[in-house]
Amino acid sequence: MSLSMITPEFLIERNLERCIKCQVCVRQCANEAHRYDAETDTLSCDDLACVGCHRCVTLCPTKALTIRKFPLEFRTNANWTPDAIKAIYKQAETGGILLTGMGNDKPYPIYWDHLLLNASQVTNPSIDPLREPMEVKTFLGRKPEALEIKDGKLKTKLPPQLELDVPVMFSAMSFGSISLNAVKSLAAAAREAGTFFNTGEGGLHQDLYEYGENAIVQVASGRFGVHYEYLNAGAAIEIKIGQGAKPGIGGHLPGEKVGKEVSETRMIPEGSDALSPAPHHDIYSIEDLRQLIYSLKEATRYEKPVAVKIAAVHNVAAIASGIARAGADIITIDGFRGGTGATPLCTRDNVGIPIELALAAVDSRLRSESIRHQVSLVIAGSVRNSADVMKAIALGADAVYIGSAALLALGCHMCQKCYTGKCNWGIATQDPNLVKRLNPEIGARRAANLLRAWKHEIKEMLGGMGINALESLRGNRLMLRGVGLTEKELEILGVKAAGE
Amino acid sequence: MKRIYAQEKYCIGCRLCEIYCAAVHSEYPDDLVKAFKKAAMVPTPRVKVEEERPLSFALQCRHCEEPHCLKACITGAMYRDEETGAILNDKERCVGCWTCILVCPYGAIFKDEITGKVVTKCDFCLHMGQPACVEHCPNGALQLKEEGGDE
Repeated sequence: MSLSMITPEFLIERNLERCIKCQVCVRQCANEAHRYDAETDTLSCDDLACVGCHRCVTLCPTKALTIRKFPLEFRTNANWTPDAIKAIYKQAETGGILLTGMGNDKPYPIYWDHLLLNASQVTNPSIDPLREPMEVKTFLGRKPEALEIKDGKLKTKLPPQLELDVPVMFSAMSFGSISLNAVKSLAAAAREAGTFFNTGEGGLHQDLYEYGENAIVQVASGRFGVHYEYLNAGAAIEIKIGQGAKPGIGGHLPGEKVGKEVSETRMIPEGSDALSPAPHHDIYSIEDLRQLIYSLKEATRYEKPVAVKIAAVHNVAAIASGIARAGADIITIDGFRGGTGATPLCTRDNVGIPIELALAAVDSRLRSESIRHQVSLVIAGSVRNSADVMKAIALGADAVYIGSAALLALGCHMCQKCYTGKCNWGIATQDPNLVKRLNPEIGARRAANLLRAWKHEIKEMLGGMGINALESLRGNRLMLRGVGLTEKELEILGVKAAGE
Repeated sequence: MKRIYAQEKYCIGCRLCEIYCAAVHSEYPDDLVKAFKKAAMVPTPRVKVEEERPLSFALQCRHCEEPHCLKACITGAMYRDEETGAILNDKERCVGCWTCILVCPYGAIFKDEITGKVVTKCDFCLHMGQPACVEHCPNGALQLKEEGGDE
């Protein structure tokens, strides 16, 4: 073996005045960054092994640990950044594709942070949500052209709808990419909050059928775990075409993660790689997509809405229009900041477009073609807080999906090492030693708390605008103003500049 | 009485229960650093994490209805606290014959390493609001529940 040029990313600092040698850090680090030497009764660290997940820091009972960025400086070079240099060292050593997890972390513009919300002053009264009713209920699904009402009763038969008590759902994350305890946490939180979780392409584990009413079951290119009971167990079905973190490419769950439970749920042999092809091999056109949409509707007696999820790419508006015409009831668009359990670094950081622009473009296109009512729009790809939700809804979204934010609520520390299967927080792992670190009762409570907090904040901001129903904000871009944006960006977003 | 129930499926084997147990029974019950670094000797934890990975759980005295240790105690040092029902050991009377250690079916009685002459066991943290092991378990794997309650 030749010399390795890979240097540590993090520096582990141990305050020896505080360290009581209890070895919790040693027992908690799946990367074996902490070691105890019984002979000398000392603890040592392997900085190279540290991924910066903060498990040890959080569990250390005397707060004796600190993790810093490893202070190794290259000669300053704005072009050849340390990340660019280190990537070359790694590839020269391995000859492989660089993998990563979570979403794009590069400093592209975050349009949410260039959009500001409105509030009422003098001329129209703001509303106090603690004193007055505030409606944030959302219905997802195809809406009829017109409503026929006779004798005070609705005559029109409504297409199937999903009813959300809060306009936030948990994104598609498969059992396999995340642990069963993580899925259970999200499923229970979705039920508690009156919203939905998405199975991702991992099937529905037997233990999760009880949460079927709150599940959106996914059908993706590998068709893992798809069968009649599965389709009918969920409240809706989502056809996954693409994902924001890796538009245009498929998925690969390594065989090591395909244990007994994953194998049974996905209906594949234990230990075999679960390869999701890049395309659906039966979908090469909008017409093909229509066939699958209607096959799924047929299989569920037209009782469940069918969604189609795509990554936000250059021609997203035209594609979305095609999807609407293909008969989808919901379109999910996943922006380029969307997370994942594993993706090539080159794809994650360079493919796709920002969700804010994609959303505005799709909403405008569907409106201009008078087909906006035929589909609901759900967006994903880095919704970080309740204000992002508000801005998304004002731009035209019906609801949002959160993945990264949901995992953060469960304890994720964004170390981006999901693909290693050694998640110290028990989330992106199938190792039974690690999975048990996430108690789904605690996880469910934390995820439900997040939704509760956001719901309160959404009501607070709506009230400030003098609006008492989320429906009145939907697509109401007059409630937004842009700051620090070019004319073209404002035009695509369909918002005025601040001060206008 | 309330009992401590271990949910082995959520025990992460961090042994924080042992660490806090030792600390709250030391000279410095409120300061982990002092308890471990300043005290002459760290008390023996009265809870023990049993492990055969991935299985692990924390075990402490079950405070049995019919305690073998109490029956076997030759000096009457082992007694039941009338008020709480907890089984306690009077260190003044204990002579360190280790009979209780031998008869305890759970292995929940330990030799007190500080004196080496008496036994030590879970006292249910009667001096505190809640047992330290339960309070400091980071994953809810130890729960204080009424006997016969759920799980």
